[in-house]
Amino acid sequence: MAGAHAASTDPDALSWYEATARQRVVALADPGSFEEFLPPTERRMSPHLPLFDLPRAFDDGIVVGRAKLDGKTVLVAAQEGRFMGGAFGEIHGAKLVGLLRAALTLKPAAVLILFDTGGVRLQEANAGETAIAETMRAIVDVRAAGIPVIGLIGGRAGCYGGGGLIAGICSRLAVSEGGRISVSGPEVIETNKGAEEFDSRDRALVWRTMGGKHRRLIGGADAFCADTVSAFRQAALDLIGRAPAFDLDTLEAEQARLESRIARFGDCRDATEIWARLGVNDPESVPAMDTRAFDETVSRVREADHDAR
Amino acid sequence: MESLTFRHTTKKPLPGSVPNAITGVVASGNLEILLERVLPPDACEVAIETPIAGYGPVWEAVVADFVARAQPGGLRISINDGGARPDTVSLRLLQGARLMEA
Repeated sequence: MAGAHAASTDPDALSWYEATARQRVVALADPGSFEEFLPPTERRMSPHLPLFDLPRAFDDGIVVGRAKLDGKTVLVAAQEGRFMGGAFGEIHGAKLVGLLRAALTLKPAAVLILFDTGGVRLQEANAGETAIAETMRAIVDVRAAGIPVIGLIGGRAGCYGGGGLIAGICSRLAVSEGGRISVSGPEVIETNKGAEEFDSRDRALVWRTMGGKHRRLIGGADAFCADTVSAFRQAALDLIGRAPAFDLDTLEAEQARLESRIARFGDCRDATEIWARLGVNDPESVPAMDTRAFDETVSRVREADHDAR
Repeated sequence: MESLTFRHTTKKPLPGSVPNAITGVVASGNLEILLERVLPPDACEVAIETPIAGYGPVWEAVVADFVARAQPGGLRISINDGGARPDTVSLRLLQGARLMEA
């Protein structure tokens, strides 16, 4: 199996942000337990990219398979953010959808999705959009079958476009400071609404609006991780253990959570105003906080943890 | 896209028994290399897909240098190139051979 022979690395030292999708999967799982489906040797590559004179990847930018996490069987999908921005094409999407559908038969303890994506691959947009919709439908089916779907977000492409939509229906999400979650990306907003609305080159603005700390504080993500593979592994184990049931109560709680969020923060002009209303003593200091100080801040914010989603 | 294939005869097989390995990512200035132990022990084939046309002689030289250094007998090597420089290609090839020897 090609993936199993990627260079072995220490999960405590390996940066999630810097690692490739393949390194993340191998280091996240119990040692030697990862078994890849449709590995690179199968050469399931994009049928569309050659039309645009663009290079293909042997795995179409996503690694899928089965692994053990603390002895429990899980299914794992990891997007490679450096290949075409981790974007969803036809094969890429089909591999994720197939994995989720397989979960209904294989009944794993969880499905883990290691997001690293800008959204749909423009060169195969119709297939990519369809893949996003099919993925969302498949996640609903998997969650309805009682299997948690956990998203892990901390790659360089963030989690944007259709990836942001998919993340929104996962059972639970873990994010690192480098991770960003949104639908329209900074450049897209600036192109459509102007730099006065959103200056995509203002990195501090981008991170406090879409970054991991903001998402954690408002309850958009359920765990905040240091940028190491072992921190994400710990978060995944923890979130599998406290994933919500997928029933009417959960959905109604989510609806109520989102309604109260927009009622409470809808008029805010900047994330720091939201953090102040959440009761953070010194909102300006949040971006510079280390993981421990930030965890303490989160523990005092009521909205950060909830039974919804 | 330009497709290039180079076939070499080696003096010996690459040590080890790893059946296949992959290294690198198709990204700007980078490449991915898939190595498979599927050929006779004295044969090596390197197949390249690159969007940058016209560098056949450079690829030929880099591959010949790698074959001479690593003696990768038995390997079929497939490359998806993202516009990597020759030094990056050379390092990735040696990295791939090392993974196969593990």
